[in-house]
Amino acid sequence: MSKRWIIALKVLLHALCLAPIAHLAWRFFYAQDTFGADPTNYITHFTGNWALSMLMYCLAITPVRRLSTRLGWLIRFRRMLGLYAFFYATLHLITYIWLFSGFNVASMIDDIQKRWFIMVGLFGWLVLLLLALTSPTWALRKMGGRRWQLLHRSIYLAAMAGVIHYWLLVKAGVRSPMPFTLVLGGLLLARIAWSLWNGRKKRAKLRSAAVSTQTA
Amino acid sequence: MLIRKPNDIPSSEITPKKDYEEFQRSRRIGRRSFLAGAATLGAGALAAERMGLFSPTQEVHAATRLQTVPGKFTTTGETLTPYNKVTTYNNFYEFGTDKSDPARNAHTLITRPWTVSIEGLVKQPKTLDIDSLLKLRPIEERVYRHRCVEAWSMVIPWDGYPLSELINACDPLPSAKYVQFLSFLNNKEMPELPGGYDWPYSEGLRMDEAMNPLTLLTFGLYGEELPNQDGAPIRIVIPWKYGFKSGKSIVKIRFVAKQPRTLWNEIAPNEYGFYSNVNPAVDHPRWSQAHERRIGPGFLPKIIPTQPFNGYGDQVASMYNGMNLKKYF
Repeated sequence: MSKRWIIALKVLLHALCLAPIAHLAWRFFYAQDTFGADPTNYITHFTGNWALSMLMYCLAITPVRRLSTRLGWLIRFRRMLGLYAFFYATLHLITYIWLFSGFNVASMIDDIQKRWFIMVGLFGWLVLLLLALTSPTWALRKMGGRRWQLLHRSIYLAAMAGVIHYWLLVKAGVRSPMPFTLVLGGLLLARIAWSLWNGRKKRAKLRSAAVSTQTA
Repeated sequence: MLIRKPNDIPSSEITPKKDYEEFQRSRRIGRRSFLAGAATLGAGALAAERMGLFSPTQEVHAATRLQTVPGKFTTTGETLTPYNKVTTYNNFYEFGTDKSDPARNAHTLITRPWTVSIEGLVKQPKTLDIDSLLKLRPIEERVYRHRCVEAWSMVIPWDGYPLSELINACDPLPSAKYVQFLSFLNNKEMPELPGGYDWPYSEGLRMDEAMNPLTLLTFGLYGEELPNQDGAPIRIVIPWKYGFKSGKSIVKIRFVAKQPRTLWNEIAPNEYGFYSNVNPAVDHPRWSQAHERRIGPGFLPKIIPTQPFNGYGDQVASMYNGMNLKKYF
């Protein structure tokens, strides 16, 4: 993939990732009734859903890339998708602080102390914050590849926190978090299957290498 | 004869009532032979109606205006929630679990003919027709605050009369300690019916709660018959309790000796108590009940403090004297 193509695709991807929030803003100015009777609730779900969606797209990059060696270029969009997940998660948090709690510090502290779904959601956001802060290339260089990679695997923790957060807040019997749960489950399975398969391949390679040195 | 534009003519006027009811009944049991039996005029009008030739809003306005008198216990000094918000933001899970679903899906509910059966511990069980129920007492307009357990609230002008009027007309036996309300259930008319719930929707009240003058047997809102998504053609409104206590589209009222099963209480007893009185001091396990988002004419709802018994303490608090409201939430 040429550099020019990468740039063009990045511009396209930025546009796609910003489309939901642009759409929301457009509707705020031109079609307010589409927010329904309780826009607070609507905007909360909207930003939360997009944060989770972006996380899933981001996590899907690696398994899809492994399908073929020719898909290696996909990795160049992973950071961007992760940062957009953080962007929508932050909008989600702002919605909670501003529209939901009305900047009422006492009620927010009460929420954090008493309510699991708030705690789990906040934990997920903090993980994303940490990953966003360490996302620049210089941070990777400073930390060293191995440590950086270890830290950035915690994106799975953030995704799990996001999905658990969703399940904790819906009423019993409501299954709207199910699609995200299934997708995340599939992505985790793909990850585990890959490392098992890869591990066996590596061991086999080592074994054959050992055999060849013995015979030599 | 004065010739009017089609959308000025309410369908109830051009379709002979008998044919119309026959048509509704045939739809209910899934027969499709109504065209053969119906008079040409009636069938033509129905076909036009089904093809959407009459503007639906005009039809609704023309056909379903209620005669009301000003009611006692009306809440004054609060801004009403606009009609379009009351009718597009509903928890009526039989028509889908999203709050915008009922407004989209509930048109499949057939509300005529409709009967309510009075069962259980009464002198004489009976079945009442919706039109006779409508005529039983004068319909009062009552503005009530409506507080959902999800921490949003509205102010709604309901139309109905006290449930106690109907109960008195039913002669319950002294052994009747509770009243159970069962909602309509029909898979054909409720294609979005979600699994995992023990349908039909069931709610209940203690006898004194049911007899409280605030408890309203409700037929309309904003002076019009209830839209389907708001629980047509007949529902209960209990303004000092969380909204889910107020059963919609009631088909059975049963007088019982023991506390009846209620749907949300069965699903999550730690979250939804039998009483479910609005109480800012008792949090829902997953969120605070101290505040509510009041849905009004503005774009964003206002965050306001929630009042004990939703502000109806003067009328209802005495019923719970000596009860631990944290235990019996």
